[in-house]
Amino acid sequence: MDLQRTLHTLKGSADWVSLRHVTEKTTYRMVRDEKPDRNVISFDQGVMVEVLVNGHFGFSGTSDLSGTGIKRALDKAIMMAKAASSHKVHNFSVDQRPVAQGSYKSPVVKPLDSFSAKEISDIFVDATRAMKVSDKIVSRSATAMIVETHFHTVTSSGSDFEQSFSIVNTDFSATAAAGGETQTRSDSGGLARCLQVGAEVFDRASILERSKKLAEEAVELLSAENCPDTSMDLLLAPDQMTLQVHESIGHPLEYDRILGDERNYAGWSFVKPDDFGHLQYGSKLMNVTFDPTIEDALASYAFDDSGHPATKEFLIHNGLLVRGLGGLESQSRLNLPGVANSRSSSWNRAPIDRMANINLEPGTSKLEDMIASVERGVFMLANKSWSIDDYRNKFQFGCEYGKLIENGKLTKTVKNPNYRGTTVKFWNNLKAVSENRETFGSPYCGKGEPNQVIRVGHTTPYCLFADVEVFGA
Amino acid sequence: MLNFTEKTKQSFNIVADHLLAKLEKNEAANVNLHAEESLFVRFNANKVRQNTHVEQRSLTLTLQKDGKTANISFSITGEVDEDKQRVEFWLDQARQECALLPEDPYQVAIVNNGTSDNTFKGSLLKDEDVIKAITTPAAGADFAGLYCAGPIISANKNSAGQSHWFATENFFVDYSLYMGEKAVKSIYAGTHWDQKAFDASIAQSKNQLSLMDRPKKVLQPGAYRTYLAPGAVAELASMFSWGALSFNAHKQGGSALMKLADKEKSLSPLFNMRENYGMGLTHRYNSLGELAPETLGLITKGQLDSYVISSRSAKEYGVQSNAGDSHEGPRAMEILPGALKKDDILKELGTGLYLSNLHYLNWSDRLNARITGMTRYACFWVENGEIVAPIADLRFDESLFDCLGENLLAVTDFQEVDPMVSTYESRALGGKKVPGMLIKDFKFTL
Repeated sequence: MDLQRTLHTLKGSADWVSLRHVTEKTTYRMVRDEKPDRNVISFDQGVMVEVLVNGHFGFSGTSDLSGTGIKRALDKAIMMAKAASSHKVHNFSVDQRPVAQGSYKSPVVKPLDSFSAKEISDIFVDATRAMKVSDKIVSRSATAMIVETHFHTVTSSGSDFEQSFSIVNTDFSATAAAGGETQTRSDSGGLARCLQVGAEVFDRASILERSKKLAEEAVELLSAENCPDTSMDLLLAPDQMTLQVHESIGHPLEYDRILGDERNYAGWSFVKPDDFGHLQYGSKLMNVTFDPTIEDALASYAFDDSGHPATKEFLIHNGLLVRGLGGLESQSRLNLPGVANSRSSSWNRAPIDRMANINLEPGTSKLEDMIASVERGVFMLANKSWSIDDYRNKFQFGCEYGKLIENGKLTKTVKNPNYRGTTVKFWNNLKAVSENRETFGSPYCGKGEPNQVIRVGHTTPYCLFADVEVFGA
Repeated sequence: MLNFTEKTKQSFNIVADHLLAKLEKNEAANVNLHAEESLFVRFNANKVRQNTHVEQRSLTLTLQKDGKTANISFSITGEVDEDKQRVEFWLDQARQECALLPEDPYQVAIVNNGTSDNTFKGSLLKDEDVIKAITTPAAGADFAGLYCAGPIISANKNSAGQSHWFATENFFVDYSLYMGEKAVKSIYAGTHWDQKAFDASIAQSKNQLSLMDRPKKVLQPGAYRTYLAPGAVAELASMFSWGALSFNAHKQGGSALMKLADKEKSLSPLFNMRENYGMGLTHRYNSLGELAPETLGLITKGQLDSYVISSRSAKEYGVQSNAGDSHEGPRAMEILPGALKKDDILKELGTGLYLSNLHYLNWSDRLNARITGMTRYACFWVENGEIVAPIADLRFDESLFDCLGENLLAVTDFQEVDPMVSTYESRALGGKKVPGMLIKDFKFTL
């Protein structure tokens, strides 16, 4: 649709107006036990009208893209913004909506439309066949969630920016059962493999190799011992570090949580405004960034939804907390520097502070040296359970697969590996960070009232922590 | 002039019939509508953080052709001429999908499961009156939460002549009051706004909050005698919707109630759970338009009565469907009451924990139905039947086979409705009705 033309035809008593048009096509392809299980295409589109009236931003979204529909949305937004402005939480200005012009596109080697439903289905049938490594395998699945989305924003102050994202999330999973025991292995945790890419991600050889390996590991886990109940060194792989970073760094640093906006739903934060510049969040090996520039990461972009240009920023430097995750509205409320992370899930939700790509910067250790340094510990991979309190302090996470580390060597496989701890103590026990790292993410980070699911990316190294409480089932 | 519901009904009937009339002889189709007109107002510190109005409509088309199945959802506008063009476009896309996909061996034939037509008109606040109605009674309190209201519509038609329509106008205020880091939570929900009832809800929350005006008691990890209020039981019960009662998950090794199904474990005879559409929290038809039974026993006297079974699973595994939807979770869950009277709760608890709510639950060991999570909101330490102090948050890690098994001491003789307040992508219908529970040796770990 011609958004500029629509904007110029609108008349209303707002101090500032924005139109954000979003189209999103999501395609699910799922094969289970070599048979089609779920083939769903979802195409969503609408326009969010945003206004500034008396220092308060009001929002109204509609799937009726006619001139009448958008005018009705504008009138609603103005009416409610006026009604709310006498009880507004803060006096905002158009400074929180900088003029932005430009565009962004995901890096794509092979366009998504160059790969047909049949080709994906054929690979996935073969992938589930490759998982048939034993009679003990009771369920085999291959899933892809393919997203093509386009955001276009124009404003009465002259912004005009467009961002197109090409996203593929995949998961391959096998469940083994025998003797009253059931174990599942997936491809780095449910849908953790999610990137801004094209059809090049459907590499048959790699998929078949990974599928076979994870099925073998599911069978291996059936006869493994439980993870011991004790305190010891804990080595986490990047596919579990993703969750650790997300829950115990990303969320507690979101300014809207610190400000209390999110208290009634997902919770608050143990971090206080005065902690920035003072709190030793972790050991000196800990360097965490907000980085929307990682080429294929799930939450890379050029502008947030307020038009703020996105740049890489250090959040934690040598273990010291230096910056939080808040867009221009939260920065104005807290009088603290933040980042470009004011993001909405779609046209029908208002932007809120979101973590985007939160990454742990690489260290200098080699993985083999990290393992060699451990006298008694456990190595855990692939998240399967997550829970953390509303202040993001006391956490408990579980993984799919574990290996004991004894006298500097990986030894026995252990099943049901879990660990728990408290955020700052845990991160201060970080004692080694690998030089190599991997990128994962999640398409399902839930937050906000009304609720919003948004995409986040995490690029992390392997990390070794001292003295962590671990346990099995 | 037609209101949102009336206009949507009129346009849906025309557009869905237009789509179904375009089908060819070897095709069958099922069409679902979701539509809503919602006002969301988010509060922090009894002030407005954000207000968002949303008007949205979408159709989901399932096309069956030559043994193949294509599912396509798409936005529509409510304008008949535009929407006719959209359904024609997406029907063509669905045909192209069918041509590319393999045959679907568990395809459920599209049949006529009947007709229903229910519209429930509410009495909602005018949009412009919402902020005063909420903030006035909450004055003086640190109030945070969400007001949500408006019409919500679900409808279904298929090529065999089936037709269902369900529309309601409802609201909820999901809120918390804070005293520093201490909080109480409440939900005021319904179809007819009653200002006096909302004022009373806020007054009750303020009273509860005053109980928390004492230093927090920090407890060591361990097993404690524990009362779970209905809000906490509702959180625990939500885990039954996370694969536990899915027949498909059971067959694929993913159900947490596998050991209950195999009679290797049992729950307490005091524990009874059923589906009960008589509560009126949602419609009985599923996305295929199949009518679920008015009531369906799921767990009776601690034994598994039935999994939730969709027609697709029924076809795959050769069993009888009970009209479960594709996710095979309860949609109208009720946990039946017991004998513990409200006035006796603290006395029967004696010394232990009174938990109003739980937070962020997840399976820590699915095979053994073990769950971890946190205490949240108004949670107290009780000594000799008297509330002594609010507690510092505790993490629990506990098996349902223990806490709802031999450690379940009593179930209250009253239940509370926990309305569905989920608003991901769109507003959800439904909810649960649950009692409180007294439990021995509930295990806390951190």
